[in-house]
Amino acid sequence: MSLVRPAPRGRPDHQTRPPRNPLLLPLALILGGMLMGFLPGSVTSASGQVETEAGGQVETETGGQVETEAGRRAEGAAGDAVPQTAPPPPEIEARDTPSDRGENITVTWTPPPEDTGVGGPVFGYRIERGLSPEGPFEHIGQASPGATRYDDTNVADGLPYYYRVITLTASAEGTSGIGGPAIAAPQWINTNQWNVFIVLALLLGFNLYFIEHIKAGGKPFIRKIAGLEAINEAVGRATEMGRPILFVPGIQDMNDIQTVAGVTILSYIARTVAEYDSRLVVPTSRALVMTTARETVKEAFLAAGRPESYDESSIYYITDEQFGYVAGVNGYMVREKPATCFYMGAFFAESLILAETGNSIGAIQVAGTAMPAQLPFFVAACDYTLIGEELFAASAYLSGEPKQLGSIKGQDVGKFIGMLSVAVGVLVLSIAMITGWDPLVRVAEWIRIFWSTELA
Amino acid sequence: MKRIMWLGILAIILLVLALRTAQGHMLNPFDSFHGFGTWFAALLTLAIMSFLYNDNPVYRFAEHLFVGVSAAYWMVMGFWSTLVPNLFGKLWPSLTAKLFIPGIADQPRDPLWFLYFIPLVFGILLLLRLAPKGGYLSRWALALILGTTAGLRLIAFLTADFMGQIRATLNSVAGYVHPSLPGGTGVFSFEQMFWDVVSVIAIMAALSYFYFSKEHKGNFGRFSRVGIWVLMITFGAGFGYTVMGRIALLVGRVEFLLVDWLHVL
Repeated sequence: MSLVRPAPRGRPDHQTRPPRNPLLLPLALILGGMLMGFLPGSVTSASGQVETEAGGQVETETGGQVETEAGRRAEGAAGDAVPQTAPPPPEIEARDTPSDRGENITVTWTPPPEDTGVGGPVFGYRIERGLSPEGPFEHIGQASPGATRYDDTNVADGLPYYYRVITLTASAEGTSGIGGPAIAAPQWINTNQWNVFIVLALLLGFNLYFIEHIKAGGKPFIRKIAGLEAINEAVGRATEMGRPILFVPGIQDMNDIQTVAGVTILSYIARTVAEYDSRLVVPTSRALVMTTARETVKEAFLAAGRPESYDESSIYYITDEQFGYVAGVNGYMVREKPATCFYMGAFFAESLILAETGNSIGAIQVAGTAMPAQLPFFVAACDYTLIGEELFAASAYLSGEPKQLGSIKGQDVGKFIGMLSVAVGVLVLSIAMITGWDPLVRVAEWIRIFWSTELA
Repeated sequence: MKRIMWLGILAIILLVLALRTAQGHMLNPFDSFHGFGTWFAALLTLAIMSFLYNDNPVYRFAEHLFVGVSAAYWMVMGFWSTLVPNLFGKLWPSLTAKLFIPGIADQPRDPLWFLYFIPLVFGILLLLRLAPKGGYLSRWALALILGTTAGLRLIAFLTADFMGQIRATLNSVAGYVHPSLPGGTGVFSFEQMFWDVVSVIAIMAALSYFYFSKEHKGNFGRFSRVGIWVLMITFGAGFGYTVMGRIALLVGRVEFLLVDWLHVL
């Protein structure tokens, strides 16, 4: 359900852009100086796409063409030698696409009055590009009737480009004036994400505040996480039974946050294992995870005062192949029968296979993952499961470090703000929908715009 | 006795397979490479499935073969699809074209090609773990990987998991749209309102479960318990959905055995 204003006559509702909110301009001016750090690399641009006033999109030739009826008709018309009697677009402009990573130029034009959209006399537009205003011009793409914009994503930074747009009708063509020169360049600041900057600054500010607060002697309260309470019990059980402890750090590499969280928990488990003088086995499916796990466990054994008990060969690489790894770990499970199995990290289809095998050998199992599709399997087959963010909170809880504990507190404030925003936003939206009162509709719209991840 | 029984069953199966092959009902493994491949894949499938009974030498053979072949495969893939085009090809394109990929010579050289010395140096630092001295230098590379990962993912998680979720939840729960607004019919829908309210309450309750710095007691505790219910219902639905997907995988494998190998369907 959209909150856009009623459309002008003659155009469907979805043709109009949302109205510019009067609050945006002063807010943007105040925050203008604060906008920084959002590299254009994070911009998700609709590469090679044409926005039409009718809301439709047509991909360009360079980005993989989508044939449309209008496009085919336009192409057919373009193929014939026809006199230039069709009305050209009266205005054309070519400029570097703002807030992007470069290599992109936006061409905009004013459609002639004869362009009444799909089904009208204008079949579409052909966009041509040249390196000088005199030409030659090459055909780089086409747009549907009603289109006013074309993104050329096949350009080099630093070179001047010139464009012209040709109106296509059944029997004629009309060539616009020359637009340009336009020079593509990357921008350092993505002004389309100022709201992300505000939210990020707010959350990081809370994190820093609580970190300093805890460093200064503040006592944070962190609720108990059941799965973590079981770690000591699980390690103790393995020690009593004289069997090893298996730790599976998922099947993703170190560039996955879940693996990082899993390795942090491994540090605590390794320390407990060292204190109990038990045996820890960590098979990995990535070489980097193996390296990191070895470093982590080695330091944990050192911290526990038992460096001589550290066995590097018990942390080993199996294979990157998902089910090859599972076959290897399962084989180890049924042969060595570890008394305790930990699964902490990112898991996919192997989650249930691992957890069921662990269950079949009678191991006590503690799992933790933020993969929503795999959580049901762990919940069903394991004794304890760290659900989603509990996995990330667990490392902070275990370490007791001010930095991590402060982050947990800061994130909780972020969640509170999120819940408050939802409550207020839903309330305002509902009242706006019931009353249709214009100022309230505008406020509701602004709230939704603020939480959008990419502002236009 | 048990072993004899299993050996007997195995002998009967082999006999049936041999007869069917001799009669031309199945591919002969010695006739063509395709036939050999089909037989090999089918037997390995059965060997892996034998794990359902128990750990056994056949499973162990398949497991070790799978692990060994896949580890070697990924190592080769890593070399040819990452190191050669993304590192050697950027730093020394002509030499790479001469030794590995001839087509790479036609591509223009990256103007910032010298920056690729940074991953080269860090890659070498990682390998220093294998050296008797200087193993600690590998931590620098690890620190870079972990730090850049955390930084790069921060914005992605913030926008997708935090802001995106809030934005998606911001919907009216009135079940009514004023006629003056776009799409407004002026008709009240109780069903729409009910599900919108359920959706908002479920999200808020589930979110409250992940609130760590407040004890889950009293009203807040009761509300977060609703959140656990929401999570468990979601997990139940997810369980059923995923199991259906897994059954589809099993059907695909059984189809291979019955159609491609045994030719009974």
